[in-house]
Amino acid sequence: MSQPYSLKLAAAAGPRATTLGVGLLLGLLLLLPLGHVAFAEGHALHVSAYTLTLTGKILCYAIVALAMDLVWGYTGLLSLGHGLFFALGGYGMGMYLMRQIGRDGNYQSDLPDFMVFLDWKELPWFWQGSEHFAWALLVIVLVPGLLALVFGWLAFRSRIKGVYFSIMTQALTFAAMLLFFRNETGFGGNNGFTDFKRILGFGIAEPATRAVLFAATVLLLALALWGARWLVLSKFGRILTAIRDAESRLMFCGYNPLYYKLAIWVLSAVLCALAGALYVPQVGIINPSEMSPGNSIEIAIWVALGGRGTLIGPVLGAAIVNGAKSWFTVAFPEYWLFFLGFLFIAATLLLPNGVLGLLRKKGDR
Amino acid sequence: MSAASTTQSQRENWDGEAHGLAHPVDGKLDTRHGAILYLDDVTVSFDGFRALNKLTLDIGVGELRCIIGPNGAGKTTMMDVITGKTRPDSGSVFFGQTIDLTRHTEPEIAQLGIGRKFQKPTVFEAMSVHDNLALALAGNKSVWASLRSRLTGAQRDRIGELLATIRLTDQHQRQAGLLSHGQKQWLEIGMLLAQEPQLLLLDEPVAGMTDAETEKTAELLLTLKGQHSLMVVEHDMDFVGSIAQKVTVLAEGSVLAEGSLAQVQADERVIEVYLGR
Repeated sequence: MSQPYSLKLAAAAGPRATTLGVGLLLGLLLLLPLGHVAFAEGHALHVSAYTLTLTGKILCYAIVALAMDLVWGYTGLLSLGHGLFFALGGYGMGMYLMRQIGRDGNYQSDLPDFMVFLDWKELPWFWQGSEHFAWALLVIVLVPGLLALVFGWLAFRSRIKGVYFSIMTQALTFAAMLLFFRNETGFGGNNGFTDFKRILGFGIAEPATRAVLFAATVLLLALALWGARWLVLSKFGRILTAIRDAESRLMFCGYNPLYYKLAIWVLSAVLCALAGALYVPQVGIINPSEMSPGNSIEIAIWVALGGRGTLIGPVLGAAIVNGAKSWFTVAFPEYWLFFLGFLFIAATLLLPNGVLGLLRKKGDR
Repeated sequence: MSAASTTQSQRENWDGEAHGLAHPVDGKLDTRHGAILYLDDVTVSFDGFRALNKLTLDIGVGELRCIIGPNGAGKTTMMDVITGKTRPDSGSVFFGQTIDLTRHTEPEIAQLGIGRKFQKPTVFEAMSVHDNLALALAGNKSVWASLRSRLTGAQRDRIGELLATIRLTDQHQRQAGLLSHGQKQWLEIGMLLAQEPQLLLLDEPVAGMTDAETEKTAELLLTLKGQHSLMVVEHDMDFVGSIAQKVTVLAEGSVLAEGSLAQVQADERVIEVYLGR
């Protein structure tokens, strides 16, 4: 079928064999943290902290790619600012982790180190409550969710579409990055947050903590995949593809696309934020470079490479690009960006349906 | 619903009517004066160009009206104004006696009972023919409803009827993007009917159809007349001749002539705008 976007492809991602395969793969991933905890270093079956962290990071990116695909692949809204929602979720978690350091920081103060360094005497108002985990969870969901709601409402109500929408999202994340770079903003300036010690009282570098964080990421990815599948197969999902393919027809059928776009846009932003919140304790740092325009563009590349408008495609894309990145940046650090650019051009020219489209074509033969 | 109770509630609603925000009473449109659509003195300008110039026009209940006119006469702009896509600079557009269409958005107008077919056939190409119709069915169109929606038996039957009407029963599982041009036109008409509109606006419904398809479309439109009001913009004069009772000729944004096809074709001014001076 020459249709670049096809709901059939999405539906085909649903058959029992694929579901079973994906479930099995996610189950196998859970063996990694087990291998990290159960076997001592030096044992043949030991999984190193490096491998676990790298895989956990890629799984977070996979969730972001899935969230991006819901708005781009299914609804046709190309966001070049999704990195912002990811980073905001990360900052929400980071604030809590900074407070968990307690007096174990370099300056042995109740305040986070960067505040002491700036000679601040007390916590700014927006840091109040950040010592509570439940509050952090609220911030992680509500701040990016509300930002997406307000931005989406303004953009969709004014019927901003296509490249104009993409440019505005790009500008949004760029503006946020500049804001977060400033020390006065109160989020650690260009250094961001790092040197975390604990989460919920458990040592953040403990094997068991790492294992639980990893397992939580696998669980979130599984839930996101399952929820997204239910969503795209529902009437709601068909309306999303209708917005992508013929929005004016849909309006003259009596649907108001505004609320549909807003719903999927906010959902996608919150999913990104949750991925960001799991990313930060595993990687151990969050800074404003996560909001750089390049990061957000890279998310689009993962989705394009893996296959837009499918559920497995973006997950595959995120894994392939980031897997390649971790090897390439070590082997040929100077050439990574060229390689990434080449990958994107090659995917656009040769794989209009992404890697998943290629695999499916092979399967049909 | 008895006639008496309808009149009663119409009377109760009298105060609200002047605001133009009143919804059809009991799902019925107030068409006491025999017309379903009134355009009065409507003007639309784009950068100084008057696409519609004091256009006044009305369509009767159950009428099938054909609109003809040279390119740039304002036919598509008129449909844009009726369906809420374009706001007129001045003038009023009423659906029935009470609904001011200039105060409603496109989805609201569609829900009120006006369906529109575009000049270029526009269907949801990635979906099956069946799913296209299912999406267009009348009903609650909120986000929340869409998450919980399941087709009822009555809705399935309705889709079956529509498929038969538009002659696509054996293609119902086919992807709409793979249909022929004429079939897409039909599917779009089917989607309009699924909305159960009172007024259908059809922009060039037989463009690109074979003679046989055109003939079948004419038959279809004639069966719809009476239950629905129709406004058809068309260039194909043979087709217009085969369906129209009354033809309106638009030129330079206003009505040039109105009458039977033979009458307007004999009109000196009409001949002039079509043939040039």
